[in-house]
Amino acid sequence: MNAPVTPPRPVALGQSHVSAGNALELRGITKMFGALAAISDVTLSVRPGERRAVLGSNGAGKTTLFNCITGDFLPTAGLIRFFGEDVTLFPPHERIRRGLRRTYQISSLFAGLSVIDNVYLACRGVSRNRFSLIRPRRDDALVHAAETLVEAVHLTAEKDRLVGELAYGQQRQLEIALALSGAPRFILFDEPAAGLSPTERRDLVSILTTLPSHIGYIIIEHDMDVALRVVESVTMMHNGRIFKEGRPEEIEDDPEVQELYLGGGHE
Amino acid sequence: MAMTDQAPRFVNRADQKLWFERIPAPWWALAVVLLFLPVVANNFWLFQVMGWTFILGMIGLSLMFLAGYGGMVSLLQMSIAGMAGYMVAILGNSGTVTVSLGLAWWIVLPAAFLIAALFATISGALAVRTEGIYTIMITLAIAAAFFYFTRQNYTIFNGYSGFNLVLPPQLFGVNWRDPVPFYYLSLALAALSYGAVVYVSRSPFGLALQGVRDNPRRMAALGFNVTAHRVAAYALASVFASAGGILLVWQNAQIAPGTIGMSAAIDVLVVAVVGGMRRPLGPFIGAFIYVILQVFSPDILGFFGFSADRFKLIIGLGFLAIVLFSPDGVLGLWDRWRARRRQQQDQKTGGGVA
Ligand SMILES: Nc1ncnc2c1ncn2[C@@H]1O[C@H](COP(=O)(O)OP(=O)(O)OP(=O)(O)O)[C@@H](O)[C@H]1O
Ligand SMILES: [Mg+2]
Repeated sequence: MNAPVTPPRPVALGQSHVSAGNALELRGITKMFGALAAISDVTLSVRPGERRAVLGSNGAGKTTLFNCITGDFLPTAGLIRFFGEDVTLFPPHERIRRGLRRTYQISSLFAGLSVIDNVYLACRGVSRNRFSLIRPRRDDALVHAAETLVEAVHLTAEKDRLVGELAYGQQRQLEIALALSGAPRFILFDEPAAGLSPTERRDLVSILTTLPSHIGYIIIEHDMDVALRVVESVTMMHNGRIFKEGRPEEIEDDPEVQELYLGGGHE
Repeated sequence: MAMTDQAPRFVNRADQKLWFERIPAPWWALAVVLLFLPVVANNFWLFQVMGWTFILGMIGLSLMFLAGYGGMVSLLQMSIAGMAGYMVAILGNSGTVTVSLGLAWWIVLPAAFLIAALFATISGALAVRTEGIYTIMITLAIAAAFFYFTRQNYTIFNGYSGFNLVLPPQLFGVNWRDPVPFYYLSLALAALSYGAVVYVSRSPFGLALQGVRDNPRRMAALGFNVTAHRVAAYALASVFASAGGILLVWQNAQIAPGTIGMSAAIDVLVVAVVGGMRRPLGPFIGAFIYVILQVFSPDILGFFGFSADRFKLIIGLGFLAIVLFSPDGVLGLWDRWRARRRQQQDQKTGGGVA
């Protein structure tokens, strides 16, 4: 699977000290919105299978960082490598086909389609025959994969309902199902627990902790109880910059973090 | 392919019915009426009213496919139909022997579909990078350019006069321009196009197109190349428009720039909007209403002492009323009326909707 040796390929920005072992590697990522630097000079690397939290107050640039990684935005400067491959200028779908997945902070679903069709599309998007004009049969492997995912997020009873009619928490669950489709290698979760009930939060934690160990992720989460239980490392952001990295227990006890983040008065 | 040959894992009772058992009764009734219409209807109804309804419906269907499933409102569909029609005249036989090449029908027809599809694909590639009103504007611009080109170009499109005496091939010894054969030919092609759209709407490509309509950004984040899907939709929609366009030249036995003018382009939009863009049946209903108004309003207008060409006024007013009161067309009105009736019945029987 995660071959430690990457084939040599041209690197856009000329840097050549390839640290091939990383799932995700960001170097000097900056994103400007006009004069506002939403993120500045972010350098970060995550090993395959590593689970990391990105914490920071509102407007710290966390979501913008995700948007740069998935290609929703092109960074103003910097380099992004995904499993050794320079994907900085790739369109989003090319990154997704290489095993990257994400969820959105504000649910981003297909309101006019049913639950099962939403998940089926997610499965189809990372497989072949996207342009097929032949209807899938009932025993199609992807239909089966979609049903399994719907079940994993406890939505089997709602499978034929239109997504626009679902309750908020159910839409959040569906967001997660979409990100688990196909064979993900690395997932970006943007505040997956926001607005979930305590039961739904427990379900979420159990989904995250039972993911196959080769799947790494970054989770943005304001709820420390969720965030620190499902990760092994933490990155703190403030005003678009990384200012601290460490293990969850180190971060929790750090006085600077407590002042800046916990006292930051978010939500 | 992606199909597996294992036994079905999720058999649910409702789906065990055979395909024809799932077709509701009103559809059977409609099929019977359409199949046996030639027994009661005269040639004018078969050839003019119904033939034209099917043709307009198919061109409207190609717009419905783009707009209803793909969220792309194109004013180009009449031009694509016209391109196919022109190709039949140019490559095949017509009264303009100096231009027409007189090739065999089995070369002419596939070539007409192909060239129209190419035209649609290139235009689509230009149009899909825009959204909403800009898509309408750019497709209108291409339609206008094509219209003026056909009017000014004499070497290929024979300019103002276009082509006359464009007749369908005498396949199986049938004169396909006779009212009854033409009726069945256009009915068959319309039914085939309708069925194809219904079928494709549940295929991976059709579902993906609806995903692109609802949320293009998320589609990209699921691994889909959104631009490629939109362009492919233009290519596929061109097939229905081309079939309509070819029937149209055969029905009129001629084609000229007027066939693909701006008012014709807008008529296709009117037909699709009036009928309803959310379902493939909509354009056919819209086309029927349009044709009936077009054919009979001169008499009615004449009766009240108005000039016959005021019929566009009636259509325009009808269009306005539909857009104001039922954005999803006549079919939308029908859906709401049924929903309200069901609700009233539920109240009467005491079994309210939760
Ligand atoms: N598309 C955009 N255009 C302009 N400015 C933007 C855009 N997206 C984000 N920003 C700005 O960039 C900064 C970082 O926003 P971002 O959404 O990344 O923060 P965040 O850390 O995700 O915050 P939150 O916790 O509220 O989700 C903010 O000041 C925001 O207003
Ligand atoms: Mg955010």
